[in-house]
Amino acid sequence: MINPFSLNGKNILVTGASSGIGKQIALSAAQMGAAIHITGRDEARLNGTLEALTGAGHSSKIADLTIEEHLDQLVANSPKLDGLVLSSGIVKTLPFKFVTNTELDTIMQANFYAPVMLLNKLVRNKKLNKNSSVVFISSIGGNFIGTKGNSMYSAAKGAINAMQKVIALELVAQKIRVNNVSPGMVKTELIGKATAFTDEQFMADEKNYPLGYGEPADVANAVIYLLSDASKWVTGISLLLDGGFTLQ
Amino acid sequence: MDIETFIGEFAEQFDEISTESFGPETQFKENDEWSSMTALSIIAMVDQNYAVRLTGDDIRNSTTIQHIYDIVASRVA
Repeated sequence: MINPFSLNGKNILVTGASSGIGKQIALSAAQMGAAIHITGRDEARLNGTLEALTGAGHSSKIADLTIEEHLDQLVANSPKLDGLVLSSGIVKTLPFKFVTNTELDTIMQANFYAPVMLLNKLVRNKKLNKNSSVVFISSIGGNFIGTKGNSMYSAAKGAINAMQKVIALELVAQKIRVNNVSPGMVKTELIGKATAFTDEQFMADEKNYPLGYGEPADVANAVIYLLSDASKWVTGISLLLDGGFTLQ
Repeated sequence: MDIETFIGEFAEQFDEISTESFGPETQFKENDEWSSMTALSIIAMVDQNYAVRLTGDDIRNSTTIQHIYDIVASRVA
């Protein structure tokens, strides 16, 4: 039987693959048969991901995507791709009145400029094959809801979804599909370390999710759908992954 | 750092209630205005003014302004 979700024979670049959602996407896509090319900033953790990948043909490259030379090197060394997952990102909780130009710039560089410009350079250098699929990891924040303290992160994710609409239209000519997944709260190390929430607040917040918080695998499985030929008629969408949170 | 300045900076994060009586022993959560948003503002103020990262647990485990001051003082570079 043919599996429409198979990623056999596809070369897929995954950013932010040293931890969290990006790491799980790399692992899951490898299990579906893809050759995975991972990038991240932390060498030891990125190697950990590389060693955990099943199958063959994988590679890794250390890069800070907010540095233009790193972007250029990554693109120059990249094989021709059938899939691109833009999963790198940072969070910073700050009430709006404390936002500064510097703080906002840091968040926008990492969460908006870096993924968009990587895609730009890959397209410019013709590194994306015909029928390839691009997936941004966006968020319900900035697109479906707001959360106090999250204005900068929301701005970056909202910008991605807005820009994606045009990118998707423009890349149709090359048969490149461009979609995003917009998850609600997912249990990753990033969330535990980077927010001002206490464990009690997390437990109370999780009750607002009819199906509870998500796991990295829940996001990875949706990304596999968008990377695979099962979604060949799908472009420009924002796939909401929130355990029913925004229904209420 | 000194406690008087810190109390002033702490009080600035409140917009609704009178903070004139705020002192080291003020139980800062025991008022009508305290919320998760005030907690975020205290954390941001401390980060901005003292380059110290408070956690949600630091706030949760403290009752008086002096408690928060002592945590910040112990971590300030």
